[in-house]
Formats: sequence, C-alpha cells, structure tokens
Amino acid sequence: MDTFGNSLSMLKEPAIIGFILKGVLFTLIISVVSVLVSIAFGTILALLRSYCTGRRTRIFKLFAGIYVELFRNTPLLFWIFICLVFCPCPEALNRPMFGLTSVNNKLLFKACVALILYTSGVIAEIVRSGLNSVAYGQMEAGHSQGFNMLQIIWYIVLPQAFRTIIPTLLSQVITTVKDSSFLANVAVIELMARTKQILSAANRYNGTNSINVSDVFVLFGTAALIYFIINFSLSMTVRRMQSKKKRVIPVSKGE
Amino acid sequence: MSGVFSVRAWSKVWVYRETFVLGLCNTIKTAVTALIIALVLGIIFGLMATSKKKILVLISRVYVEVIQNTPVLLQMCFLYYALAFSGHSLGIIATGFLALGIYTGAYMAEVIRTGIESVPKGQFEAAYSQGFSYIERMYYIILPQSIKVILPPMVNTIVNMIKNTSCLYIVGGADLLSLTYSFVTGENTGGSYAPAYILCGTIFFLICFPLSSLATTWETSLKKRDNRNAAIKEA
Repeated sequence: MDTFGNSLSMLKEPAIIGFILKGVLFTLIISVVSVLVSIAFGTILALLRSYCTGRRTRIFKLFAGIYVELFRNTPLLFWIFICLVFCPCPEALNRPMFGLTSVNNKLLFKACVALILYTSGVIAEIVRSGLNSVAYGQMEAGHSQGFNMLQIIWYIVLPQAFRTIIPTLLSQVITTVKDSSFLANVAVIELMARTKQILSAANRYNGTNSINVSDVFVLFGTAALIYFIINFSLSMTVRRMQSKKKRVIPVSKGE
Repeated sequence: MSGVFSVRAWSKVWVYRETFVLGLCNTIKTAVTALIIALVLGIIFGLMATSKKKILVLISRVYVEVIQNTPVLLQMCFLYYALAFSGHSLGIIATGFLALGIYTGAYMAEVIRTGIESVPKGQFEAAYSQGFSYIERMYYIILPQSIKVILPPMVNTIVNMIKNTSCLYIVGGADLLSLTYSFVTGENTGGSYAPAYILCGTIFFLICFPLSSLATTWETSLKKRDNRNAAIKEA
C-alpha cells in the first residue's frame, strides 16, 4: 500500500471533487424526482387495485395487478435496457442542458423513466397496505356525510393511509438511492458512474502512471461513504419516527 | 415495438437459444451459491446480534448497516476491481456470488434477528433453566417458534437476490440479462430486441413470481392465524 498517499492526493484535486459532488447531486435529484413521481403513479395503481371492484371497472383492477406483479418480479436493469430502446423521448431534451450533452440528456430521461416505472410497482404495494389499514367504517362514515367516492378517497382515506406508511415510504427512498446506481450500467452520469470514470483515468491523476489497488479503495471508499451518509441518516429518521409512533399510540390489542 | 411479430426475429432467438440457456444456468449458479453464502453469513450475524456480548452485537450491527446502506453495484465493482488490480482476479461469476452473498447476508441477518427476537424472553429462560446448552436451546426451542416469522421475508429476500444477479453486467456479466443484452446488441445477432427481451423477462418472471406469491400468501395466512389466536385469547 505504498501508493496510498498518491491515491489520496487525487481527492485533493478540485476538479475531481467537483466531478464527484456533481454526481452526488445527480444521484439525489434522480432519486427524489423518481420517488415523487412514483408516489403519484403508485397511489393511482393502488387505488385502482383496491377500489375498482365493480363489474365494469374490474378490468382496471386486473391491469393494476398485472403491472405491479410484472414490475416486482423482474430486475430493474431489465427495464432500463428496454426503456433505452423503446421509450420515446420528448424533442425538448434533444439539446445540451445542465452541462450535459444531448445524448446524455436522452439517456438520463429514458433511464429515469425505467426507474420510475419500477419504483411505482413497489410503492403501489406500500400504498395498498396503507389503504388496507384504514378501517372500513371510515368509508361508510364518509358516505353517510354525503361525500362521493373521490372525495372520500382524497379527504378521508388517503391522509390516514399516508400517515401510516410514511416510514415505509422513507425506507423506499433509501432503496431508490441505492437503485439509482443501476443507472451507471448505461453510463448515466451519477455518482456510481462517475466513480468508475475517475478510476479508469486514475493513472493520469495519482502521479504514478498506473492504476493501483489503493485507487480502488480510495475512490470506491469515498463513494460508499457518501451513499452511507445519505442512507444512514434517512434510516435513522425512519427509526426515530417509528419509536415516536410507538410511544404516542399505546400498543393496540390484536395487532 | 418492431419485431414482436416478425418471424425472422423470433427464429434468430431460436437459433441462438443456447445463449439464453447458458445465461440462465449462470444466473442460477450465481443465485444458489450466493444463497448459501448469504444463509451462512445471515445465521452467524443474526445469532451474534441476539447474543449477550456487546462486542458481538456491535460487529453484527456494523456489518448490517454498512452493507445495507451502500448499493450492491458499488460493492460488486469494489470487489471486482480490488481483486483485479491486486492481481488475484477470481472471474466474473465468483465475484458475483461473493458480492451478492455478502450483500444478501446482511438482509438475512436482519430477518433472522427479527425472528429470534419475536420469541418471548420467557422461552429462553425456561430452556436455560431446563439445562439446555446454547445450541440445543436454539435448535429445539427457539428455531421451531421463529421459523414461521423468518420464512416469508426470507423468501422475499431471495427474490430480490435473484433479480440482483443482473448486477453482474457492470463487471462484464455472464448472467441471463447481460447475455440477452449482448445478444440484442451483438454484431451478428443484433436487432431482435422484442423477442429476446420478452423471453428474458418471462424467464425472470417465471422464477420470481411463484416465490413472491408464496411469500405473500404465507404472510397473510400467518397474520390471519395470529389475529384469530388473539381474538380467542381476548374472548
């Protein structure tokens, strides 16, 4: 490990630090945007799957069920590859933006679509478990007050359902931050891909003219540390929320 | 979606069917070996997390937190490049099942810890007072009671692991998905995107769907039984 000092000196270079930090920013933006869009889409899927039980609307329930099972039982990378070929991309993205070339922009968009499709399948199941936790009497109460179905869902069911699933949703954010590293497979420039890029050019920066084991340790160690800080703080939040919830609500019987 | 109904594209997939069989074999090989590693690691660290020694609990916590909070892709890359640049390359599949095994092991450890913790403390004390040794206590008293809590989430973890075999792609890939990708982008074989992806997706779905629905039905039936028992107790 006599080259360790040389490898560490790479991290002092402002260009490399900036490159990595931009990757972190992209990772965060990709994850947050995907989770938000997936929550919207996943909620619709969960509602369709839970409440479309009438004779005419049963077909929606079936579609939502197929969608969820399909995406839950196939790998994310599979959908990324498919979206790269088949996903249409709006013309507006076909030019350089955010310091990215037009090719990179299109890649980013298509890979994000795949991530969103995949994550909404998982989130749909989470939301459905929340919907199931809302007592049926709540719906009847809403009906008796003259609310229609949409109003009941929007004003009565969803707020209660989301309150119970917020910790699970936050854990899903952790998973999505980790899953966003899959985008590195198709050269979308987030943290993971950038780390790999720096490694492949490490011989130019570390002053020894060759790529050493210590470079692998330093670079991937840095990336792992960044991922760990993001995810660990999130999981601490989840744990604090769960312990708070237990304290506020006394343990109910039969759960 | 060109090529879904094209006979030429489908026949191309048929001609190169051995690619897919090879990929499936590699995926299964990776998954099974990784599962064994994960089970061993999971049992060791799960037992450590429930032991009384502070230091063992700490070691197991650090392992679980570090592994669960970093992406499996990063771990796999790290393992692969660290071995490659130090001159002890193991080959893609070996790297794959090592990395996957270590990653899944952290999840297994959590599952096993929760299972053991779900057994009431009195059971441990009763077994201890009857003079059971540690292994006897675990094997005869704790394991039979915790197995029903452990198995459903464990099956879900296995499904995730099977899906994660696709990570092998980043280190050069020999699994089903990577071979499908190199098939559809290859110079001689390229072009028949839709049939190849449909085939690959179907294989994954056929492996994972029965497992994950087994886990779901198992879980619901256990929950129902627990609710019924609770109702009986209250009555």
